Amino acid sequence: MTTDALYALPRFRRSGDAALTIEVGDGIDADVNARVVDLDRALTERALRGIVEIVPTYRTLLVCFDPTVLSRRAVETGVMSLWPPAPPAGQVRRRWTVPVAYGGDNGMDLDWLAQRLDTTTDDIVARHSAAEYRVYMIGFMPGLTYLGGLDPFLHVDRRPEPRLVVPPGSVSVGGQQAAISPPLPAPSGWHMLGRTPVRSYDPRREAEPFLFRAGDLVRFRPIDGAECAALERAAEAGEIIAEKEEHTV
Amino acid sequence: MSVHLEVIEPGLATTIQDLGRRGWQRFGISESGAMDPVALATANALVGNTVGTAALEVTLAGPVLACINGDTRIALAGADFAMAIDGRPVASHETHDLKSGQHLVIGAARDGARAVLAVSGGFQIKPMLGSVATHSRSQLGGLNGGPLRKGDLLPLALPGLPGRPHLMVSPTNRVRPNGPVRVLLGPQDDAFSAEGIATFLGSDYAVTPLSDRMGCRLEGPRVAHASAVGIVSDGIVFGSIQIPGNGQPIILLADRQTTGGYPKIATVISADLPRLAQLRPGERVHFQSIEEDEAVKLVREMRRQIDRVGDSMIEVHGGSNLTSEHLLASNLISGVISALEWVQADVATS
Repeated sequence: MTTDALYALPRFRRSGDAALTIEVGDGIDADVNARVVDLDRALTERALRGIVEIVPTYRTLLVCFDPTVLSRRAVETGVMSLWPPAPPAGQVRRRWTVPVAYGGDNGMDLDWLAQRLDTTTDDIVARHSAAEYRVYMIGFMPGLTYLGGLDPFLHVDRRPEPRLVVPPGSVSVGGQQAAISPPLPAPSGWHMLGRTPVRSYDPRREAEPFLFRAGDLVRFRPIDGAECAALERAAEAGEIIAEKEEHTV
Repeated sequence: MSVHLEVIEPGLATTIQDLGRRGWQRFGISESGAMDPVALATANALVGNTVGTAALEVTLAGPVLACINGDTRIALAGADFAMAIDGRPVASHETHDLKSGQHLVIGAARDGARAVLAVSGGFQIKPMLGSVATHSRSQLGGLNGGPLRKGDLLPLALPGLPGRPHLMVSPTNRVRPNGPVRVLLGPQDDAFSAEGIATFLGSDYAVTPLSDRMGCRLEGPRVAHASAVGIVSDGIVFGSIQIPGNGQPIILLADRQTTGGYPKIATVISADLPRLAQLRPGERVHFQSIEEDEAVKLVREMRRQIDRVGDSMIEVHGGSNLTSEHLLASNLISGVISALEWVQADVATS
């Protein structure tokens, strides 16, 4: 969107004696998130001894380190030596198509949202499945996938009181974001539009327990109950049922 | 036939824990692992295991376990819990042989909230994502991705009684530290007014009963935000202190969610994280802001303590008066100086 959101220099925020939060830009923005992905890759390649893990999010990276091996200053120096991180040439971009059964028990807030926006449920489904989304981050719980790119018409504040449990695999919207829930029950204050049989997380898929990563593109494809049930059986058998295209950018 | 511990009663919230899962937080996987890693190291060292071997974490009220088809050696470290083997009271922080058919009852915590029960050789449980640590909300780790249940069978990896002396932790190494919980301000201390930070550092907060392995919820004077209550969600560490809209601090712990959108006023220093495991509902907490250099010095000291955990142990010989139960009966453990004097006097006269 706007590159104004990118900071000229990273901002360092101390997160205790064993972690550093690196902020690379302002707000929820595709360019800012792309820089997070680039810095994540560059830092991972640099492999400073003492870094335990890196957690990329919308606009920050949380770098966890062993303070008896590496100092916070040394992490900051390492980041500055990589700044600005360049996007690698010949990067593989992945685009996923995720099937969704909308409405009814699968999406308990679809009718409410149509009423709230004074439109039809078909219009909501059409708008939600027409957009191309970017995966901004995986967080909060295993495989919960946060997406940007939601049609502004569908931006609606979150529920004042979160629900304690929403169904596994829920496809939801909240504010300017969309999300795909993992196959686990979870609390959520977002609006449930549908449900996908795709498992963004499945520990039994040992080679690929997590499907999505930051920077991936996602589209939704409406399906009916019968197709949903068939895909659910395939997913249960360990199949990755989301369609994936890969292309070099 | 395999040797195992059978869960007769599961206790309040007993889980299998090791050092937790690192490296998966970017996929939303919580770290989990023992809330008190010093207790994990201590219990393991007592029974001759490496410090990170998986063990049982018990909380406030412990389980009843039966040893089936063979023997093992056990030890409990961390908080002091009432314990008995087949009705005979035994002491925490000391090794005991648990013979085939015997029942181990772990009662209520007498001080602190959590302890670790290690068995010699550890449990034979398949790791998930590199660890057997239980994280209930992710349905990961342990036997079934949750706390122990009645009837669970915990297979022992290396049954039998080790041919080494019984050990106890020196009484000087059982003292629960008190004083303020030390923090470094940040990462979002700029989201709070000067008055809000002064309130946070200048007030006592009570631990509420809603606390668990995910977070320690506190109640006390409201911490004022400077501006908006929300931030763009970012990563959270063990010890992050977030302040939601109601101004009541929550210290995020081992089972915390990986990311969150509330501003974090401060972070508990690594060396004080084990203390958080021992906070009981109703207990009061006071925070103190310290310098980063001091925090790094303290984490080095804690590492040394873990590396040399075996040095603080005393051999227990059959028939000796020098047992924890004796010390407890003399009501000396809480007073370190007098306990030491007593031990020295006892050694001198024996």
